[in-house]
Amino acid sequence: MANYEISDLAEWDKRIREKAAAFGLDWYPQEFEICDHTGMLGYMAYSGMPSHYPHWSYGKAYEKLKTLYDYGVNGLPYEMVINSNPAIAYLMRDNTLLLQILTIAHVYGHNDFFKNNFTYKSTRADLTIERFKAHALRVRRYCEDPSIGIDKVERILDAGHALAFQCRRNLAIKKLDREEQLTRTIEAARPRTDPFSRIHARPEFREPDTHKTPLEPDEDVLLFIRDHNPFLVEWERDLLTIVDEETKYFLPMMETKIMNEGWASYWHKKIVESLDLEQGLHIEFIVRHNQVLRPIPGQINPYHLGFKIWEDLHRRHENPTPEEIKKYGAPAKSGDEKIFEAREVERDSSFLRRYLTEELMREMDLFQYEARGDELVVDKVSDEEGWKTVKETLIKNVGAGSIPVIKVEDGDFGHNRTLYLKHHHDGRDLQLEYAEKTIAFVHRLWGRETVLETTLQGKRSLLCFNDRGFSVRALK
Amino acid sequence: MATSETIFREYRPSDAERSDRSAGDRLRHREKVRESIRENIADIIAEESIIGKNKDKVIKVPLRGIKEYRFIFGENAPGAAQGDGNAQPGQVVGKTGKDGQGQGEGQAGDRPGVDYYETDVTLEELIEIMFEDLELPNLERRALREIPSDRFAKRKGYRHVGIRVRLDKRRTARQRVMRQMAARKYETVAPADPSSLDEAGEERRFPFRKDDLRYKHLEIDTREESNAAVLCIMDTSGSMDTMKKYLARSFFFLLYQFIATRYRSVEIVFIAHHTEANEVTEEEFFHKGESGGTFISSGYQKALDIIAERYHPSLWNLYAFHCSDGDNFDSDNPAAIRTARELCDVCNLFGYGEIKPLGSRYYESSMLNIFRRLDAPNFQAVLIERKEDIWPSFKAFLSKDRVKE
Repeated sequence: MANYEISDLAEWDKRIREKAAAFGLDWYPQEFEICDHTGMLGYMAYSGMPSHYPHWSYGKAYEKLKTLYDYGVNGLPYEMVINSNPAIAYLMRDNTLLLQILTIAHVYGHNDFFKNNFTYKSTRADLTIERFKAHALRVRRYCEDPSIGIDKVERILDAGHALAFQCRRNLAIKKLDREEQLTRTIEAARPRTDPFSRIHARPEFREPDTHKTPLEPDEDVLLFIRDHNPFLVEWERDLLTIVDEETKYFLPMMETKIMNEGWASYWHKKIVESLDLEQGLHIEFIVRHNQVLRPIPGQINPYHLGFKIWEDLHRRHENPTPEEIKKYGAPAKSGDEKIFEAREVERDSSFLRRYLTEELMREMDLFQYEARGDELVVDKVSDEEGWKTVKETLIKNVGAGSIPVIKVEDGDFGHNRTLYLKHHHDGRDLQLEYAEKTIAFVHRLWGRETVLETTLQGKRSLLCFNDRGFSVRALK
Repeated sequence: MATSETIFREYRPSDAERSDRSAGDRLRHREKVRESIRENIADIIAEESIIGKNKDKVIKVPLRGIKEYRFIFGENAPGAAQGDGNAQPGQVVGKTGKDGQGQGEGQAGDRPGVDYYETDVTLEELIEIMFEDLELPNLERRALREIPSDRFAKRKGYRHVGIRVRLDKRRTARQRVMRQMAARKYETVAPADPSSLDEAGEERRFPFRKDDLRYKHLEIDTREESNAAVLCIMDTSGSMDTMKKYLARSFFFLLYQFIATRYRSVEIVFIAHHTEANEVTEEEFFHKGESGGTFISSGYQKALDIIAERYHPSLWNLYAFHCSDGDNFDSDNPAAIRTARELCDVCNLFGYGEIKPLGSRYYESSMLNIFRRLDAPNFQAVLIERKEDIWPSFKAFLSKDRVKE
């Protein structure tokens, strides 16, 4: 059983907050809730939300987590914290005092990150809890409505979940409305002023197609369907809106996993070390800290990777080696200034691109692997010639990079109300079985033929799904 | 600077017990799993591993249709990972996700293997699902032949007297409180508080009386018990090879399980025959190879003998099934027909399954033609060519089970 009282935690929390404030962290008001392992499994299945709409997939997630936990395959996280104002964190009741101290310090790191990183600006943290509760109420109401019922709701939610992540990646970039896109299209079509127009032949003017829907390829597949399928009824549209809103709430977390975990780990180390723990606690701290941050060969441990980069970034601005000064120039900012700036303006892909150095990659022995037959084989390592490729691959696989980019090209293809989607191929093919099943979901929501242009083994192909089922055609 | 105080919410076990929030979603998921199993039931039946196992055996059933599909990248997407310090090109670091063991969820993420899903069901659950799938309403309506048995003790009401172990404490306490309330004097000023204290500050005792005691009353419930016997008859002549025996075994397995869900007690009899028949144990029945020719009638006659001896048709529901490859001696056919007809008379259901691994029926003799002459309503002959046929044949066989009411 635990070796502490709630009052102990409050005491430590006060000390931790003093230290955190001294280090310059800035956070939302924090709430901690002590829970047991069933409670934690429950929160994990529902992404930490105290209230969430029902769907069988969460039951599945729970069973999976529970099985893995019961058989000792996976442990439970020490904490879980959600991005809301006030931020809510769950602490495991059975953890030792030291783990609670470490966790509380870690949570303030996350909390600071949620409040300050640019990707979270769109998540409206003040409303998180209420919004999720409202979603839950609405979905439950539809389930209980005798004219709708759970089966119909699931039909839409299943399809919605399948397409949830086919949405815009960087929510900080404003999405233009149709009016603005129209102006931009017309602007782009206008011939440029040519100072030598007298001697040049007049360039041919090509009239822009202003009747197309969408005017510019649209990455928000669900929202496009919601707004352009006239046969969806109000509650169906609402379900799609709910799914989209939730995705966009969770997207920043995906996009900053490495930074966020690294940041929290960086600060929990600093804070706990400054607390002057008694020796017993300090030794336990070192053990736990190293457990969380250990490199896992054959995988990427975001805690480890993030922590390494933050530490390296700080050091390079405080004590750069002569070679580093030669290579990157003398630092213009102090270590703290630099890392606080980075935590505000970067996300994983840009963070890795800017701050993961060749030396660090070599130190961590990062490599690229690919599938050969049934095996995964190391393909490139972080040596002189390989490190750039390895880095590119790593960046491609973080956050939303592991999700194919698919955009709506035309909502009325062939004047037939066929939905034309295009996969923006970056060297990685789609998994065909999954594509087939997912395109069936698009068809379910769109109600008419749906086609997806992609590249399969170097050949441009069109995956079609209509009333007769699924087919693949080669494109010229 | 921190603006407001941090809040700690203490753990309350009551909260944890009250809020099993995922219960509804788990139930829904479970339903989906069952649905998915039902859809794939024929495939699962055809799997070797479930046959001949006991009921508590847990079976892993791979599921389709319960995956959560999304657009994901396929095989040619390379990933990045961390090495142990000396990763070399060409070094093998894992397996592709195909076998369900992804290389860890931390990395490349949404590989299809990760979402590979299988579930555990007990054999009993599976059998239940199987028979839900059968949809044979005729079976339910049939009057069972029953013997009364008094096995159930059913709770019925309460009594003032009884034995100690059946004392109902709750009701007894309630009786006492009722008596206490009734005995209380009418008080004008003081609030009515039955447990008020007397001058000495001690709680006034109000002991239990004998009248307060309440005992649960149990009544012996007489239920109709039904018995069934399954007679498995199998040709063990030289021509029955392992594959044929396996198919036969699958069929017997289903039959036994099915009968077991319908009757309280089921006995099973194994009869192996070649030119002569013997009652054998299950082990011998499935594993002992014999040789020689085939007299089908010998097996039927043995079954009739056993029925006459142990299972009188007025007391037992009898199910007989015979598996053979149909390679009977011609001279035995009239006797076979005659004994089969007798079996039809005494059994609820009598079936003949001819097992011919694919293609071989074109050149081997068959009993199917001969049994066609047998037009009893409770007789069914089926042809089993491969594993996938077992389930449909089984369904066909049971559909005949509508014995005269």
